[in-house]
Amino acid sequence: MLRWIVWRDLMLAWRRRADMLSTVFFCVIVVSLFPFGIGPETELLRKIAPGVVWVAALLASMLSLSRMFANDYQDGTLEQLLLTPQPLYLVVVGKTLAHWIVSEVPLVLIAPLVGAQFDLSNDTLALLFASLLVGTPVLSLIGSVGAALTLGLRGGGVLISILVLPLYIPALIFGAGAVEASIMGMSPAPHLYLLGAFAIVSAIFSPWAAAAGLRISLE
Amino acid sequence: MNLYKYASPATFYPLAGKMIPFFAIASAILFAAGLYWGFFIAPTDFQQKDAYRIIFIHVPAAWMGMLLYVLLAVYAGIGWAFNARLSSMMASAIAPTGTLFTLISLVTGALWGKPTWGTYWVWDARMTSTLILLFLFIGFISLQAAIDDVRRADRAGAVLALVGVINVPIIYFSVQWWNTLHQGATIRMLGKPTIAAPMLTAMLIMLAACWLYSVAVVLIRLRCIILEREQNASRFAEVGV
Repeated sequence: MLRWIVWRDLMLAWRRRADMLSTVFFCVIVVSLFPFGIGPETELLRKIAPGVVWVAALLASMLSLSRMFANDYQDGTLEQLLLTPQPLYLVVVGKTLAHWIVSEVPLVLIAPLVGAQFDLSNDTLALLFASLLVGTPVLSLIGSVGAALTLGLRGGGVLISILVLPLYIPALIFGAGAVEASIMGMSPAPHLYLLGAFAIVSAIFSPWAAAAGLRISLE
Repeated sequence: MNLYKYASPATFYPLAGKMIPFFAIASAILFAAGLYWGFFIAPTDFQQKDAYRIIFIHVPAAWMGMLLYVLLAVYAGIGWAFNARLSSMMASAIAPTGTLFTLISLVTGALWGKPTWGTYWVWDARMTSTLILLFLFIGFISLQAAIDDVRRADRAGAVLALVGVINVPIIYFSVQWWNTLHQGATIRMLGKPTIAAPMLTAMLIMLAACWLYSVAVVLIRLRCIILEREQNASRFAEVGV
């Protein structure tokens, strides 16, 4: 069941590649805007790079979140999934996993490239990659709760950012913090561990809350 | 006496009406007493001069903001779990008051910061987490406002409030840690100069006043919500809507 849902969502995403790419380009463009706004001083840019890339990743995942359940909701698939004997928890886990693979993994892959624009060292880029790899599941997981609650509402896209972005703050702090710590010559490990812990906690609670949210939204 | 009978909006409505004047008057008296105490009895602070007096509203407001969020989540959770309408209405009624107190604590904090720290805003851990608390309140209110069906609004709000409540300690500690890591302590919440007894008394009176004010206002708003939602029920016809 889990595998089927993930596979189906991946197929659907593959048939609509433009959606996936637009999220990636959005992230790239947002990151590239910062030097224009701040000025081309390499020293300053290097300092803000981890935060900028992380914030861009948060914003980019906002774009895809509202799509997580929306298409299935519109064509009625979601209601059928609710009727299956499988626990809704599993359905949500599958959808979240698919969202992570489709929308977050490309961001993780592109991040070192975007970070290179900011003249980060190779070690730092590797760490940026690692912190995003550990942290982006949090974005999908907590985002799934917001997506479930705002399903089918008018202005759902904006609403979801208001609900979800404040809850992302710990991920942002630890994720960007890990990279910054290494730039300042400290060990990034504590940040990464805490980020991992946060990911695990949200992996346990979020699908449950999102499943409850789906039930409420589909009544 | 069966207390559960007051879990019904119809029986709680008149009871709330009877309680409101009591809480409102008590709150007004305590506000007057607390302000008098704070302005005239509490001594001027040695370091901060008279600027410190803003804590008499700032600290109670900050406490109320946090407390009301937890209370909101509890009521919303009860309303969701036991399908108790009154509880959910209570949660919706608490939200604006909680937002107000959180906002008051931020604004008064900024006003206090200018003469004392020389700046309206620093990314101090407590200020940042209070700001995030404000975002959570706003998220709850805007989610409920976006949903037309009240039952769905109640439940969706409950899920959001509970997720928020789990997150509050995580956010608090992460912000605190982020803060200590980033900026060396250029400015700090002044190590409390062991608060003098008259100051503490004034603050506690103000806290009680804010509590009573919240109860009164929440009950008034609750009565409005009951009327709005139950206007079709015949037993409310006599209330004269």
